[in-house]
Amino acid sequence: MAIPVTPGRRPGRAWPRWADTAVGVGILAVLLFPIYWMINVSLQPGGSAVGTPWLPVHLSFHGYSTALSQQGRNLLTSLVVALGSVAFCLVIATPAAYVLAQFRLRFAGAILFGVLISQMIPGIVIANALYTAYTDAGLLNSVPGLILADSTAGIPFAILIVRAFMTSIPQSVIEAGRVDGAGHLRTFVSIVLPMSRNALITAALFSFLFAWADFLFALTLTTTADVRPVTLGLYTYIGTYVSDWSSVMATAVLASIPAIVLLVVAQRYVAAGTTAGAVK
Amino acid sequence: MAEYEPPPGSVPPDRVGRWQSRRGQDRLAQLLFLAPAVIYMLAFFGYPVVKNFLMALQTYSTSTFYTGEAPWAGLANYRAVITSSVFSKALLNTVLFTAGSILGQFVIGLGLAVFFRRRFPLNGLLRSLLLIPWLIPLIVSGAVWRWILDKDNGALNRFLAAIHLAPGHPGWLTSTSLALLAVIMVNIWIGIPFNLTILYGGLQDIPEDLYEAATLDGASGRQRFRYVTWPLLRPVVSVVLVLGVVYTIKVLDVILGLTNGGPANASQTIATQSYHLSFVQFDFGQGAALGNILIAISLVFAVIYLRANRRAVDE
Repeated sequence: MAIPVTPGRRPGRAWPRWADTAVGVGILAVLLFPIYWMINVSLQPGGSAVGTPWLPVHLSFHGYSTALSQQGRNLLTSLVVALGSVAFCLVIATPAAYVLAQFRLRFAGAILFGVLISQMIPGIVIANALYTAYTDAGLLNSVPGLILADSTAGIPFAILIVRAFMTSIPQSVIEAGRVDGAGHLRTFVSIVLPMSRNALITAALFSFLFAWADFLFALTLTTTADVRPVTLGLYTYIGTYVSDWSSVMATAVLASIPAIVLLVVAQRYVAAGTTAGAVK
Repeated sequence: MAEYEPPPGSVPPDRVGRWQSRRGQDRLAQLLFLAPAVIYMLAFFGYPVVKNFLMALQTYSTSTFYTGEAPWAGLANYRAVITSSVFSKALLNTVLFTAGSILGQFVIGLGLAVFFRRRFPLNGLLRSLLLIPWLIPLIVSGAVWRWILDKDNGALNRFLAAIHLAPGHPGWLTSTSLALLAVIMVNIWIGIPFNLTILYGGLQDIPEDLYEAATLDGASGRQRFRYVTWPLLRPVVSVVLVLGVVYTIKVLDVILGLTNGGPANASQTIATQSYHLSFVQFDFGQGAALGNILIAISLVFAVIYLRANRRAVDE
């Protein structure tokens, strides 16, 4: 077998680069086996609890039709909650990020410290307190209630990542806008926001994923099937004895689609968000 | 400031008043920009912490939500929670779950990061595909692994039986001796991509010529790792580990999805036990007390981290 020689290959290196690729593919195969298995089971004919074949030879979309008819509404709820959370996070976080990045404020340090420390607060503590507050406010089993609660992950993240980006906007650009007579809001909307496009996309993307993946608030802040995100739908599926795994796995696949789509179409924003997670 | 002499070409004195009011307007605008975020943070982080502190001192029961009465209980909730037979088990499980997950994620993540430093075709594509386990909802991972780890028909046991490694079909999620291990394994799987990505980024920031210099000095591969990679990677390592602890200690989705804390509390942690007390037994007072203990543990970690960091900076 001829080994392709990649340009720039170090001389005298016996181990060819394609061999590294082969090792990498092997690692990927092991680590992504559960993803493959999820897809494989989802495409099997229903009812087969015993010995799922290793390959989907008898392709069947029975799992998906069951999943869509039973969980379609929950998927829609998840989508509405996640999109609502994106809008809410951006509206709340970006103005604050702008002020924290561009102006010297006495409380700026304290606010940033609060944002950082907020990530240490366990979700169960928040859910515990919100349950009683939501009961009084009539926000249990409501989409706005879930949007507000799910944004606990997105807002601190968005503040940190957008602020970090906005510190790189030169002050002169903002002052130029002000001298031209633009008000604070105009400057922010028509100068600062367009310049921060990349950071806004990353923040929006992760706010979406956080809210879409939320399970704890769905579990604790909804008590009926009226407003039920798909994560909770999946949990109630597996909470009982499961006889039809292909429907469960079809639901799991449908619930994973946003993550996979975003990874494909917005890979560099995902990468930016992942590293921001550590720098924050 | 009173003696401040305006540089040539700056604002003439008669316009100072207007500038002052404009500064006032600036401040007002800044406060208005900040207010929504500050109010949200206070309502959704500040309030819950204070409320939990108070709830832990009150007696909640199912009737509390009808009558609105939660009598003061002093430290009775803390006493009940700590003396409960589940507490020591949950505490130990939390420590084992956190330490085991972090260790596994970190070692495998670092190994993969070192591997992916090599230049080879499709490197970037493979690395981004590896992010999938981290990006899909945790409860999805829980559901998938629940079926893979199934005692009788799970893929893992079928594979192990096929290669004659464990023909006895171990009950990964149903045996009290294996459940915690299984939950840790799944959580390691979820955390590998995060560790890989951050550590890979850290490795990329180490200048190549340091390795070349070390090689010229006759350093072996292990010595290069020991004396070049490790010291330069240490800041990134400490960030990864501390974030890992802070995130792992409060994990709930994975455990609830896989075992629900069972069997017989074998995989119950402080976080899941707090959930069960509040939302299954409706004893919000005890659930809050346990939640506060969880916050205290996180804080201890944060303090240790900050002190260690300061010491590292002082050195």
